[in-house]
Amino acid sequence: MATTITMPQLGETVTEGTVAQWLKSIGDSVEKYEDFVEVSTDKVNAGVPSPVTGTIRELLVKEGETVATGTPIAIIEEVGAASAAEAAAPAARTETAAASAPASATAPSPNGAAAATAASPAVRRLAREHHVDVRTVKGSGSNGRVTADDVLAAARTSVAAPPATAPPPIPPPGRTSTYAQPARGTLIALTQARRIIAERMVESRHTAPHAWSMVQIDVTDVWNWRVREKDRFERETGHKLTLLPFFIRAVVESLDAFPLMNAKFVPAAGSSPAAIYVNEAVNIGIAIGLPTNLVVPVIKNADQLSVRGIAIAAGGLIEKARKGKLGVDELAGGTFTVNNNGANGSWASAPIINGGQAGIVTMEAVIKKLVVRDDDSIAIRRMMNSCLSLDHRVVDGYVASGFLAELKRRLEAMGPQGEL
Amino acid sequence: MAVVSSNSTVMNNVEAVRATLYEAMKNDDRTLVLGEDVGARGNVFLITKDFITEFGPERVIDTPIAEASIVGIAVGMAMEGLRPIAEIQFADFIYPSFNQIVGEAAKIRYRSNGEYTCPLVIRTPYGGGVRGALSHSVSVEALFYHVPGLKIVAPSFPADVKGLLNAAIDDPDPVLFLEHKKTYRLIKGEVPNGHYTIPLGKANVLKDGKQLSVVSYGLYVHWALEAALGLEQEGMSVEVIDLRSIRPMDKTTILRSVEKTRKLLIIHEDNKFGGIGAEISAMVAEEALFHLDAPIRRLCGPDVPAMGYALPLEEEFMSSPAEMAEAMREMVKF
Repeated sequence: MATTITMPQLGETVTEGTVAQWLKSIGDSVEKYEDFVEVSTDKVNAGVPSPVTGTIRELLVKEGETVATGTPIAIIEEVGAASAAEAAAPAARTETAAASAPASATAPSPNGAAAATAASPAVRRLAREHHVDVRTVKGSGSNGRVTADDVLAAARTSVAAPPATAPPPIPPPGRTSTYAQPARGTLIALTQARRIIAERMVESRHTAPHAWSMVQIDVTDVWNWRVREKDRFERETGHKLTLLPFFIRAVVESLDAFPLMNAKFVPAAGSSPAAIYVNEAVNIGIAIGLPTNLVVPVIKNADQLSVRGIAIAAGGLIEKARKGKLGVDELAGGTFTVNNNGANGSWASAPIINGGQAGIVTMEAVIKKLVVRDDDSIAIRRMMNSCLSLDHRVVDGYVASGFLAELKRRLEAMGPQGEL
Repeated sequence: MAVVSSNSTVMNNVEAVRATLYEAMKNDDRTLVLGEDVGARGNVFLITKDFITEFGPERVIDTPIAEASIVGIAVGMAMEGLRPIAEIQFADFIYPSFNQIVGEAAKIRYRSNGEYTCPLVIRTPYGGGVRGALSHSVSVEALFYHVPGLKIVAPSFPADVKGLLNAAIDDPDPVLFLEHKKTYRLIKGEVPNGHYTIPLGKANVLKDGKQLSVVSYGLYVHWALEAALGLEQEGMSVEVIDLRSIRPMDKTTILRSVEKTRKLLIIHEDNKFGGIGAEISAMVAEEALFHLDAPIRRLCGPDVPAMGYALPLEEEFMSSPAEMAEAMREMVKF
């Protein structure tokens, strides 16, 4: 029996998808739930799992081709449960295939026995540190277990392997190689992600009247808190502890005090007049700049998380973003956005609001400054600007300034005596 | 004893104990030995043979069969400025003195707010594999391991016996000095001449390795080393650490090794439950979890009341180098 696979709809507003890469060729066998194609849409690269076990009969769309959702992209010749085990057997896994044959449909693990797939603490840590996906590593341990050495070997090969299309660019002085280096005088075709970013930015800038405000925040104490906790935190969780989670915690507390900042403008449609919708959930998008792209994964219900919880959630999202592994769910549902622009040295910026939100706030560079304090003493303090762009249809400067002042007050109150 | 150079002498462990005690008695009038049969008999292993003739019955004291008194008297001597080296003839007989060791000696410094210390050494032969049966085979280290204020040493090599026994005698606080009786005549090695000490609480990496850390002490150090050297032929690289001091425990050496090899096997003759290996496992789990690439494993004596006399029972109790090699192999391949 042949099953026709169509371009899936990856996300509510997505209407088309590009076949980024076929993971299987014609004639290859594919197991149920096994990814057989990688599809890229707006900001997401997602593997698409096969709904059936069978053999690839036809691939109807070329790599790089964009088609509307619902368009047939492949035909898979389905095989019965009995012959499924047979098809898997020749592939060097005779032992496990035989063992799992009676259970047939239970998703077989690529590494053999279930116990062997449990990554040891060292494997987990090394995989995190070297950005290696353990599931893609071939194990050399007993029962095919992935060992720490396997992870290190995988990390070495992935570093050593040159990009498929071009030799690694030589970073010019004073810059890092993460900046794209396009050839001069050339016309660059937009990637799908770039095109959508362009469209959304224009739309937001044209529909939401932006206003802008900035506060200066003394982050010395919270910085010291971070320094005190960061080694232990990294040892315990494998994530770096930056200023971001502290800032996000202060943001969600401030949003709680100013719910109108966690709202969106709903334009008039048909007979319904324009309105402002005050969001129930507090979902914080984090803008993450990548060499050719910008993604904004979302920490859902960030107001329910401690600094520690936010740090772990953000760390996971940032890591996935860098590897292009963010799922659709992780990019949807943001109600307010935080942009850590200071990481690149910026001192002030005027961000564009993420469409459908009331504001976006930035963390600028933390800079040591001479500060005259309230008691007229002079001190060296770590200072950080925070910039807010707001949708003037939703809030006025009065609310926005109140929100910023609240944010400043809360962040300045955080210090080493706190609990993560 | 054979002199191989002017700088060192080859001796076995029992000769090393004897030589060290002799030098201590010779060099420091405050030193004295007391215990069952240490005088006229010269100790059951002849460690103090002829001491009584040379140093006299006031410094070489034959005591009644009363271990509580042996340690209790020694505690008083130590508090008043002498350097007693008490002997419990076999570790199996140490229980009557438990209160004197745990309740008194270990607490003197704390209880007197530092006014008194208790520079006492308690030597005792321990361990099995010698057809010693129920009352001449026991390992007692775990019973005393829990007690703050007490140091415990268990050397494996003659040179360590001398350096650590000297350090124990010099130490201002009580030290339980455990001598594995199977190593007494089995293990020979060069011992530097002259006085030297080896710091208490320092482990010794006997063999470097990359794939597995093995921590042991006492007799089993030798067998673990033999097993690890054998595995070299199979292309496996196993690191062997001789703890030497059981308490203080050398955390740094253990952690450094585990962070390198990512796997830890602890081998000891004493039974597993609540043993030294349990403490090492907990320490490594607390401080180096994210370096571990395999579950920590302990190869230990069985949890039975005593070592049987019958040879098959004794052999069942003791781990052989072959068993150790198999455990190492499994862990390297894991």
